[in-house]
Amino acid sequence: MIQARHLTKCYGPTVAVDDLSFDVVPGRVTGFLGPNGAGKSTTMRMILGLDAPDGGDVTIHGTRYHQLASPLRDIGALLDPRAVQGGRSARNHLLWLAQSNRITAGRVDEVLDLVGLTGVAHKHAGGFSLGMAQRLGIAAAMLGDPGVLLFDEPVNGLDPEGIAWIRSLLQSLAHEGRTIFVSSHLMSEMAVTADHLIVIGRGRLIADTNMREFLARSSNAYVQVRSPQAADLAVALCARGAVVHKNGDGSLAVTGLDTADVGDIAQEHRVAVHELALHEPSLEAAYMELTHDVVDYRAAVAAG
Amino acid sequence: MTTLPPTVAPALTGDVAASKLGDVLRCERTKFRTVASSWWTLLTVLVGTIAVGLITCWAVVAHWDQMSLAEKAALDPTFKSLIGLFIGQVAVGILGVLAITSEYATGMIRTTFAAVPRRRAVLAAKAAALVVPAFVVSTIGCVLAFLGGQAILNTKSVGVSITDPTVLRAVLGGGLYLTVMALFGLGVGAIFRRTAGAIAAFIGLVLVLPTIVMQLPSPLRDYAKYLPANAGQAVLSVKSAAGSAHLAPWIGFAVLCAWAAAALGVAAWRITHRDA
Repeated sequence: MIQARHLTKCYGPTVAVDDLSFDVVPGRVTGFLGPNGAGKSTTMRMILGLDAPDGGDVTIHGTRYHQLASPLRDIGALLDPRAVQGGRSARNHLLWLAQSNRITAGRVDEVLDLVGLTGVAHKHAGGFSLGMAQRLGIAAAMLGDPGVLLFDEPVNGLDPEGIAWIRSLLQSLAHEGRTIFVSSHLMSEMAVTADHLIVIGRGRLIADTNMREFLARSSNAYVQVRSPQAADLAVALCARGAVVHKNGDGSLAVTGLDTADVGDIAQEHRVAVHELALHEPSLEAAYMELTHDVVDYRAAVAAG
Repeated sequence: MTTLPPTVAPALTGDVAASKLGDVLRCERTKFRTVASSWWTLLTVLVGTIAVGLITCWAVVAHWDQMSLAEKAALDPTFKSLIGLFIGQVAVGILGVLAITSEYATGMIRTTFAAVPRRRAVLAAKAAALVVPAFVVSTIGCVLAFLGGQAILNTKSVGVSITDPTVLRAVLGGGLYLTVMALFGLGVGAIFRRTAGAIAAFIGLVLVLPTIVMQLPSPLRDYAKYLPANAGQAVLSVKSAAGSAHLAPWIGFAVLCAWAAAALGVAAWRITHRDA
């Protein structure tokens, strides 16, 4: 369980994180979503006690990071997979990390096995591909068998095989009852990984919701209905309080009613229906709409 | 390799007691010994200190017959054989600098501070992990440079013996001098964080500043003896040059220690007051 309360961080005049409060609860994958520069990494560094907040605080299981006796046993993190000294072997990298929190060398071999790096344990980490470095970072995060895990953009630069591996890893860790907090700037990635979403833009909380609610909140959701008697149907639907737009292809876009209502109304009025579907906006579209006002670096238009 | 789910160890074997300072020290020692650059730098300290001392003594012997009587009288055989310390101090200082700047350069310092949030403990453990190998290698280097150098000088019968207490102080003082220089380098490294800046600052303070200060007019020039290298080198002198230009051996060494302590003190303050 991670609890952030009124978390604020400024860099000079720039407010990177602005009065951010949220809970990350155990047993599910919580996606931490926002455009580049939204403050995701800054927030993660504050959770780990690396950056000091200018206001508010954040706790792990109710304890501030600096008060954790053996932090790696409570929370593991993958921030930057390339942040290792290249001249040290993978195993020795994990070994010093283990020693700092009194974790046994046997556990080092376990996590190497867990991420499939046993075969290259004695190779220099500097020669690793990004995918291997990512695995080493995950091994480091898992070292203390922590109940809370933080991953900052874990799929960046990975091949499809690596992405699939991380997704299933995150899900299985969550099913074990761990608290999983994963940042990404890619909605499409979160759509297949996360159960719950915390969306921020310009350091502020935009949404703290599950995936379904997130989509429902988007004004882009509508019922699409196609009928040879579209005009009659439109009148009937409007009479029941729906807002109806005619799409370019002749179908109707109905908001304010769900698919069942639309089907029932059509039957009552003996109108033939050739197609009836809930049109959910893509997560991408919902995300774009939600963060539309808060993207720092939008191309061309803003520049004028 | 792609199939999951992975099974996670239900519990960690081992003592789940809170991590102690000893764990941090063990961790920093592992870091130190598991990169080749540590050993290469130590080898540079060793070889540099010995080789330059031997070459210098050989040069003295080779030109002995051309040297004036005054020159011969002023010869400090101990200091001549330990002159390689000027190379050794740069190598050992860089060793100290890199002990921390290499972590900032790669970003690994964040992993370190996430594992050990008590950052001053990290700095202290780094210092402790550095002191032992630096002291051992420096002392071996100084003793071998001295013994080899005296063997060369003795071909003209001007070598001195290590059993002379003043000479012994100078030789062992050489090892201590280099050890404290390593700590000074660590402090400078932790203050600057960046490798290039820290090495430039270290060399500037140790090698360049003394030269500049010596060019200042008399009352200002006297302060040169308080600079880190000048002060520390007082411990190396056997034929103590009289007058106010030099500090007494152990006073000078104490001043060098104060420089290292000050650098580490500033570093300890900065390390806890700045984001990683």
